Amino acid sequence: MLLSKNRFFSTTDLIGFGLLALLIFVVLPIGLDTFRLNLFGKYLTYAFVAIGLVLCWGAGGILSLGQGVFFGLGGYCMAMFLKLEASSPEATKIQSTPGIPDFMDWNQITEIPIWWQPFHSLTFSLIAVILVPVIFAFIIGVAMFRRRVGGVYFAIITQAIAAILTILIIGQQGYTGGVNGITDLRTLKGWDIRTDDAKVLLYFVNGGLLFACLFLAQLIRRSKLGRILIAMRNQEDRVRFSGYDVANFKIFVFCAGAAFAAIGGAMFTLQVGFMSPSFVGIVPSIEMVILCAVGGRLSIIGAVYGALLVNLAKTTFSELFPELWLLGLGGLFIAVVLIFPNGLAGLYSDYIEPRITAIFKRKFPESKDPGKFDPAKTAAEAAE
Amino acid sequence: MSDTPENPKKPMEASRRAVLMGGTAVAASLFAPKFLSASDYPTAAVNTTGLAVTDDEVTIGILHSITGTMAISETGSVQAEKLAIDQINAQGGILGRKIKYIQEDGASDWPTFAEKAKKLLVNDKVASVMGCWTSASRKAVLPVFEQYNGFLYYPTFYEGLEQSPNVIYTGQEATQQIIAGIDWVTQTKGAKSFFLLGSDYIWPRTSNKIARKHIEKLGLKVVGEEYYPLGHTQFNSVINKIRLKKPDVIYAIVVGGSNVAFYKQLKAAGIDMTKEKPLLLTISVTEDEIRGIGGENIVGAYACMKYFQSLDNPNNVAFVEEFKKMWGEDIVIGDVTQAAYLGPWLWKAAVEKAGSFDIDKIREASPGIELTTAPEGYVKVHENHHLWSKTRVGHAKEDGQYEVVFETADLVEPDPFPEGYQ
Repeated sequence: MLLSKNRFFSTTDLIGFGLLALLIFVVLPIGLDTFRLNLFGKYLTYAFVAIGLVLCWGAGGILSLGQGVFFGLGGYCMAMFLKLEASSPEATKIQSTPGIPDFMDWNQITEIPIWWQPFHSLTFSLIAVILVPVIFAFIIGVAMFRRRVGGVYFAIITQAIAAILTILIIGQQGYTGGVNGITDLRTLKGWDIRTDDAKVLLYFVNGGLLFACLFLAQLIRRSKLGRILIAMRNQEDRVRFSGYDVANFKIFVFCAGAAFAAIGGAMFTLQVGFMSPSFVGIVPSIEMVILCAVGGRLSIIGAVYGALLVNLAKTTFSELFPELWLLGLGGLFIAVVLIFPNGLAGLYSDYIEPRITAIFKRKFPESKDPGKFDPAKTAAEAAE
Repeated sequence: MSDTPENPKKPMEASRRAVLMGGTAVAASLFAPKFLSASDYPTAAVNTTGLAVTDDEVTIGILHSITGTMAISETGSVQAEKLAIDQINAQGGILGRKIKYIQEDGASDWPTFAEKAKKLLVNDKVASVMGCWTSASRKAVLPVFEQYNGFLYYPTFYEGLEQSPNVIYTGQEATQQIIAGIDWVTQTKGAKSFFLLGSDYIWPRTSNKIARKHIEKLGLKVVGEEYYPLGHTQFNSVINKIRLKKPDVIYAIVVGGSNVAFYKQLKAAGIDMTKEKPLLLTISVTEDEIRGIGGENIVGAYACMKYFQSLDNPNNVAFVEEFKKMWGEDIVIGDVTQAAYLGPWLWKAAVEKAGSFDIDKIREASPGIELTTAPEGYVKVHENHHLWSKTRVGHAKEDGQYEVVFETADLVEPDPFPEGYQ
């Protein structure tokens, strides 16, 4: 069914998806030991957020500087379930009140609060991972977009929300773990998530979910809805005058971005083994936008490479130059802005794509899809 | 345990003498009676679990924040650990092996700490790690150390309620820092009422909980308890409350940058701490923090710690001299920096007592280890992995140093799970 004439996947899209799948499911697992593979798993959780941002920002023109909120909410929902499972009375008998999460005990709370109770159930927790952030995004979306708040104002408000949520989590440390976050997560339904086997399995689950999100994002982008989004980004008023309810489309795409981020957050918690407010605040939220910008805000596949490249650079620089690594990372960002403002994807479409289309034109005179992205090149970069 | 053939005291006494002599390699080689030679300890025998130990080198990790908001506090710990490693190497290393370190940056970010800890243990197979500072970073790395059976020397005074088989806590747990200080202020200053104040996270809250229980046990009164978020800079409202309630003692556990605002505003509000009405007692301001606050803004306050740079004993005089030689004349040394300095020495003693780098054997050997060369004086590792150490009270002077006005007669037993204080 996926032929080059398919309206959802052009030939270049297919090549892009194929190469990314090859990288994630074959090259990385074969080439890396479990420790490094787990790190890449962690980097890929940020790719979920970046894909969501491509939809919101790249396609819809809604710049959210608060995606950490949704990443964090998803992660916290997962962490709450895991923490309750790790807090069995036997495992916590050293506490003054056994059977409750350790940080509650440190804060003189003697029983599990009511709103924690449902998180004993895995099904509820998994639904909450998606639903809590989406409902939150929906409320924000309705409040903002119905009043036609957009652009810079919307970005500032999302940033404020990220700051507020961080303060709330830190302030309510008896219920949330405060600055420390929810740590020392061990098992999922009795299955030890800390073992090497579990890490490998979680990596593949993570990869699978990432591709599910990529396909979904691709469908949204290539559908009529996606075209309306782009029209909205470029000339919002004209779309409104044509009879479309702009706010609804914006709310939808914002919620979709939130859902993607939440899945990333939950997978992050599973793979890293804890969740803390340092993923919720303004700085991590802006970092997520940077990932998207480095990858190219118009390309979902570029966003994945952006997440990989930036996080890999962060790890590598900080291992090689522990005292200077921030400068290296800063240099990378400056280079992105100066040399390829449209990210990796833009670099490709500016410099490489014309040549390839020239070759393609000779072979397949029809194929000319703008704004494509060279996966082969960045795959090589990211795999370094 | 003390009947192991390589009694740890021997090399250590040599080390003290060497430090007193200026700690140079030449002095050490002249005075150390006998180096433990690597050939007496074949690698296969001292390292059965595949750690990064070769015939002439052993690799350890240093894991602190050297960038981000915590860098200002953690830099001192890194410097102290590097100094200790240099000194140990100058004396011939550990079991004839030189210490090599791999330094990683936790970047003031807890997940980064966890990632780097895992890297050090899994990838680099380090034999031990000197690191972490905040409770949050320790909580983040703890599961990693327990899962991969690493060994961490943690330098900061902290809230207690923890006792990991994979951590040696070289700082004080909360009761060691609090109880003696409150006893002192009630006995010598006649304090009857206290106002508790802190930054809002687990260490100040737990510490104040212990302080409150102890104050109430003594039949005295807590007239207020307030918390402010990390980084908070507006303390005027709480200062007004303090003036209304007129406590005898302000018990302050404000941390980080907030300290600067707090003490400046206190002074601006006309509370002169040198008059001791109210008296200010803190457990969170070391010489390092005073550099930011400014000596003139905190002169007259009292701090309860186990170490002050001004301690007058031969170990400390030599330590301060060496430290300044390595890192510059104008550097100051706070409580945690000294505790960090103990890490490599305690590890060396444990390895030599165990005759092995294996984590399980070091864990078994650690309780009972003594260090007579510690700048703070004699310390000893307790069964619960914390240190027996003295509690001291210092009086802040205008030049940013503390004058020691009180120290406990005996070592205070560490009690991370204090009965009746929870």
